Amino acid sequence: MKKIFLIGWKDVTLAFRDRAALILMLAAPFALTLGLGFVTGRFSGSSNTGVSDIPVVLVNQDGGQIGNTLVNVFQSQELASLVVPTVLDNPALARQEVDADKAAAAIIIPAGFTASVISGAGTVPTQGPATTGEVVQLVLYTNPTRPTSVSVIKTILDGFVSQIEVGRVGGQVAVEQLLSHGLIQGQDAARIGGELGLRQANVAQSSKAIALKSVTGSGEAVKFDVLAYMAPGMALMFLMFTVSNGGRTLLAERSQGTLPRLLVSPTSASQVLGGKVFGIYLTGVAQVLILILASTLLFRLNWGDPLGVLVLVLAAVVGAVGWGLLITAVAKTPGLVSAVGSAVMLTFGILGGSFISLDNMPGWFRVLSKITPNAWGLDGFTTLGMGGSLANIWTPVLALLVMGAVLFTIAVLIFNRRGIMQQ
Amino acid sequence: MPAILEVHDLVKKYGDFAAVKGISFDIKEGESFSLLGPNGAGKTTTISVLSTLYAPTSGDALIGGHSVAKEPMAVRQFIGVVPQDLAIYDDLTAGENLSFWGQMYGLGGTALKTRIDEVLEQIGLADKANMRIKTYSGGMKRRVNIGVGLLHKPRLLFMDEPTVGIDPQSRRAILDSVQDLNRQGMTVLYTTHYMEEAQELSDRVGIIDHGELIALGTQAELTHQVGENDTLILRLGELENAAALAAAARSLPTVLKADVSDHAVTIIAPEAEDILAPAITKANEIGVKIRSVELQEPNLEAVFLHLTGRALRD
Repeated sequence: MKKIFLIGWKDVTLAFRDRAALILMLAAPFALTLGLGFVTGRFSGSSNTGVSDIPVVLVNQDGGQIGNTLVNVFQSQELASLVVPTVLDNPALARQEVDADKAAAAIIIPAGFTASVISGAGTVPTQGPATTGEVVQLVLYTNPTRPTSVSVIKTILDGFVSQIEVGRVGGQVAVEQLLSHGLIQGQDAARIGGELGLRQANVAQSSKAIALKSVTGSGEAVKFDVLAYMAPGMALMFLMFTVSNGGRTLLAERSQGTLPRLLVSPTSASQVLGGKVFGIYLTGVAQVLILILASTLLFRLNWGDPLGVLVLVLAAVVGAVGWGLLITAVAKTPGLVSAVGSAVMLTFGILGGSFISLDNMPGWFRVLSKITPNAWGLDGFTTLGMGGSLANIWTPVLALLVMGAVLFTIAVLIFNRRGIMQQ
Repeated sequence: MPAILEVHDLVKKYGDFAAVKGISFDIKEGESFSLLGPNGAGKTTTISVLSTLYAPTSGDALIGGHSVAKEPMAVRQFIGVVPQDLAIYDDLTAGENLSFWGQMYGLGGTALKTRIDEVLEQIGLADKANMRIKTYSGGMKRRVNIGVGLLHKPRLLFMDEPTVGIDPQSRRAILDSVQDLNRQGMTVLYTTHYMEEAQELSDRVGIIDHGELIALGTQAELTHQVGENDTLILRLGELENAAALAAAARSLPTVLKADVSDHAVTIIAPEAEDILAPAITKANEIGVKIRSVELQEPNLEAVFLHLTGRALRD
């Protein structure tokens, strides 16, 4: 284990002493983010979110106060530029709209939803298709090819639900207090609690806290920052350079003689390969974290939940390293790794949505984008940037980890077949 | 002295091509041994197999009693390797390189630090330890390359043509350091295609050609194979009629052998001075232009020529 760390740390040191690599690892993504920020008017204050006009279908079978409020939220002026709501009567029709890629998501508010919340039967339902017992749950039917748009819808819905929950709990507490002081009778408790909860929830609605809100919870409404999409986009694109460059050093060490020298020292081939992979991984993580830190300090960019960001970075680099190793395994020379790596970096940048939001692309393009760590990473970063937390990004995190594991396995099989690490 | 290295019928093939064809020899503890042969003779492949980089196709070698084929990790503890090409990191300093490689050999803490200081002194770079390798001259890089091989005080040091492509001063320093290491008790296996280096450094020499060990012994034993004969080398401006000159030289009295190799006609005779004048006369008669003349006492070059009919640099 110690030798794996030493080899990895040596590679990190060498990577950060290579001026040409540093330009592509740090300066280029930073400069491009800066440039795109100017182009989109982010620094002049005229930018939009980059994510807009998200088609969403609403089916309100409830007709109660809470159901109506939810529809009103999506039809509100505050969200007018962000979502394009369509209200339908039929849930099946709404699902068809999503399946046909005409909508990013369908929100189905079942009959009895308001009554279910007021009756206080358990927690406020959030999403999911089932109806159990007295709990009536909201249904969010999503389009998997539009992860960024879905993240936005989820964030709005989560905000709404949390406000309802605040109101419901507030109502419960108030009723308990009133009961304990003998100010109301037991038979009136349910009715009064419901009224109090609704009133409290409506106060929250009127304060517009449900608009895309700051993840800090300060209550101040904050628009989604265009750089929160571009900065991770650029970081992920140039991460592909870092991992392919790291893979290149494996073949370069072979031709420079340091790899054979390592292999005749009391160090096993698996330790050497482990060290090289660890080095590529550490370099990638350091690169992305530096870019995040720099953009946070210089652009005042809010990346979202720090724990979520850290976990996503660690997972994104796993996925990217998988690709870097596969490129190294397939290419036969260090020069070829560089050439293929650059081509893959740009292709994945476009395909993964680093330049243009995938929500503006056709369905087949969005499906294809799933082979890139860029698309999954951007999905996660967008969710976090919109106020999501670690709990909201498990899908991209798992996808990136699986991607890295599968590609690593394939790469090692090819390495063995080519005898790169064999004595 | 017991043998620290025993090589038995070692064969290494790459596909159908046999780079090493069943060689056998041994090296005793504390000995300085050279493998002498032209480029492509199989020297580097032999070192690569002995240092466990490649597995042998057949045969085996024991180093410190451990099989290179079956116990490579145990063998690696015994050996140090100085590869033919530089195998160090250009963007690390000499000190960082030594520290990294020392840790790969299991050194650490104070022992590593002390050893790094000693090796830096030994290779004469103590005052430049904090400079990155890429700022070094070729000779300095070679010295660091050697230093890496010495860090863990190996009992058997493999040096694969460490003087190729460097200036005479650095070459002299490397040869001196090899002699010093051997005097300090380190066993050295040195490969070279320079006859002079093998002569200067070695207790015993193995001559290798086309993957076969064609001669083995002390220098005296090897030169005895060509007797007390001298070698006369006539270097030619052009190869036209060189074969005719060689044939004419063979007709001269006392000439034992005459061959064409590397723009030269090489003549072996008991007293080369006696045939110098008649050989030049023959050259003039045939119309061959002689650029220079060299007369050699019996040496390893002559042994190689005697055994293969070719010069070492062919």
